[in-house]
Amino acid sequence: MKNRIGTVVGCLLILVWCLLPVAWIISLSFKSEAAITTGSPGFFPADGGGAGWDNYQAVWDNEQFRRAILNSIGISLIATLLSVIVATLAAYAIARLEFRGKKLVLTISLAIAMFPVVSLIGPLFDMWRAIGLYDTWPGLIIPYMSFTLPLAIWTLSAFFREIPWEMEQAAQVDGATSWQAFRKVIVPLAAPGVFTAAILTFFFAWNDFVFGISLTSTENARPIPASLSFFVGADPFNRPASLLAAGAVIATIPIIVIVLIFQRKIVAGLTSGAVKG
Amino acid sequence: MSTTSVPAAALPAQKSGQRSGPSDRAKAETRLGQKLVAPAIVLMLVVTAFPMLRAIYLSTFDYALTAPDDREFVGLGNYLTALTDPLFWQTTGVTVLYMVVTVAVELVIGFIFAMVMHRVIFARGVIRTSILVPYGIITVVSGFAWQFAFSFQNGFINGWLPFVGDEFNWFGETTPAVIAIMVSEIWKTTPFMSLLLLAGLAQVSEDMIEAAKVDGATWTQRLTKVILPNMRAAIMVAVLFRALDAYRIFDNIFVMTAGAQRTESISFLTYRQTIEQFQLGLGSALSVLLFLSVLLVAFLIVKLFRVDLAQARQES
Repeated sequence: MKNRIGTVVGCLLILVWCLLPVAWIISLSFKSEAAITTGSPGFFPADGGGAGWDNYQAVWDNEQFRRAILNSIGISLIATLLSVIVATLAAYAIARLEFRGKKLVLTISLAIAMFPVVSLIGPLFDMWRAIGLYDTWPGLIIPYMSFTLPLAIWTLSAFFREIPWEMEQAAQVDGATSWQAFRKVIVPLAAPGVFTAAILTFFFAWNDFVFGISLTSTENARPIPASLSFFVGADPFNRPASLLAAGAVIATIPIIVIVLIFQRKIVAGLTSGAVKG
Repeated sequence: MSTTSVPAAALPAQKSGQRSGPSDRAKAETRLGQKLVAPAIVLMLVVTAFPMLRAIYLSTFDYALTAPDDREFVGLGNYLTALTDPLFWQTTGVTVLYMVVTVAVELVIGFIFAMVMHRVIFARGVIRTSILVPYGIITVVSGFAWQFAFSFQNGFINGWLPFVGDEFNWFGETTPAVIAIMVSEIWKTTPFMSLLLLAGLAQVSEDMIEAAKVDGATWTQRLTKVILPNMRAAIMVAVLFRALDAYRIFDNIFVMTAGAQRTESISFLTYRQTIEQFQLGLGSALSVLLFLSVLLVAFLIVKLFRVDLAQARQES
């Protein structure tokens, strides 16, 4: 019985620790700007210090921020799509074929996963300006692809290894063409893995900050995280905390929805990719 | 897509372990495999190896974008400048501190989370989802949330904590500012750690724990003698990944203090020299030093803890 109570208390503590900052930033986004300027140290908006939806309205009316959302969605989706295609080919080869250089691929992707990203921004900044990729969508998509490939390759090859590939031959023996066997048997089995890799890749691209601030300079390609950090408002000496909070909440909604829907897949992807379970 | 369906028909036999000289089929398999991984390799190298070589080249010049025509070869001068500057050593020290403290704390919290996720029977979905929530939050947003929470003007933490005054400014001195940054970093990255540990925990066989229980082992004994030794590989991989990630800490510092109060990490210093002050020569030297120090950290962890990466990759 003692054990039981301990688990319940543990669970409650975990919930508080994980969700408190989220609740806090939501609460902050409903405080009025006047209340923030004078200081309102409570967790919830004080009486008369609430702003209703005003902050959200203000953020949404901000041209720069709307562009940033569009950039983030576009860049992250394209990078995810391309990265998953390239990673699927590589992971298929790693999981199913015996070839020289397999170890090398795994070593390189491990090394890239640990690469200090900031080391690259200097030379990339210089190169991208020279070839005209600076402050453009492809200028961000290319580095995002390179840095999401390791995770995607790992996750996918772990998934592909579990697929009973013999079923494809069984289908062919039963009279299916090789294309039919591939589409009707292998694709449905591989789809969950590909999907999981796509979610994790999207998370990375959506979360990136270093490339976002150093390889862009205008709203042409600046993604949400960078845009939030440069968002100073009318008074540069007093950051508009409540506006920033509203912007942060808007930027977080898509990801939270994904987490809520695909919780199981994300857990499976992260755990199977790293350590065999 | 048709390329992927070809080998299935042509190569029914996998794992052909015979060493009787490469057959035509083995050669074809090698060629196909190399073709399939080529795009991934090229992409990964184009954005890392090539710029890294360029950084090494640039680091030998006194080169600032503000005066591009005054580019001048200085050999190892930039490295000397960086390595003799106390600022470099101070930021390295702070970075190592971030790494050691956050990884140690996360290992403990992450293990508790993993235990709860593994054992809990009720509300499993809710708990797993909440543990994942910080993983989904953008680091910049996490930085803002904690910065405002620690703020003495608008934050709630001073009011909630009994041992600090209401007017205490967390970002006015090095130590509290570093603590605030660490809290944000720990909050954001613990889910990753606990998921890796959960995978390891799932590997420990229940029978073994049950047997220890029958033999009269206490809970502590079961934990230290059965559970932990059996998930050693998972713990080491989690530590390695998180340590290297923590060593590259950047986003939280940028958002929370912008490097003020000597909270700057080595990544932040490199960024500031390159992008904000346009010192490409010195910045590149710092880039190379950062790269080398990450290699050193990785090497030390792998050697000290004898991490078996092959086991982590389930590649035997």
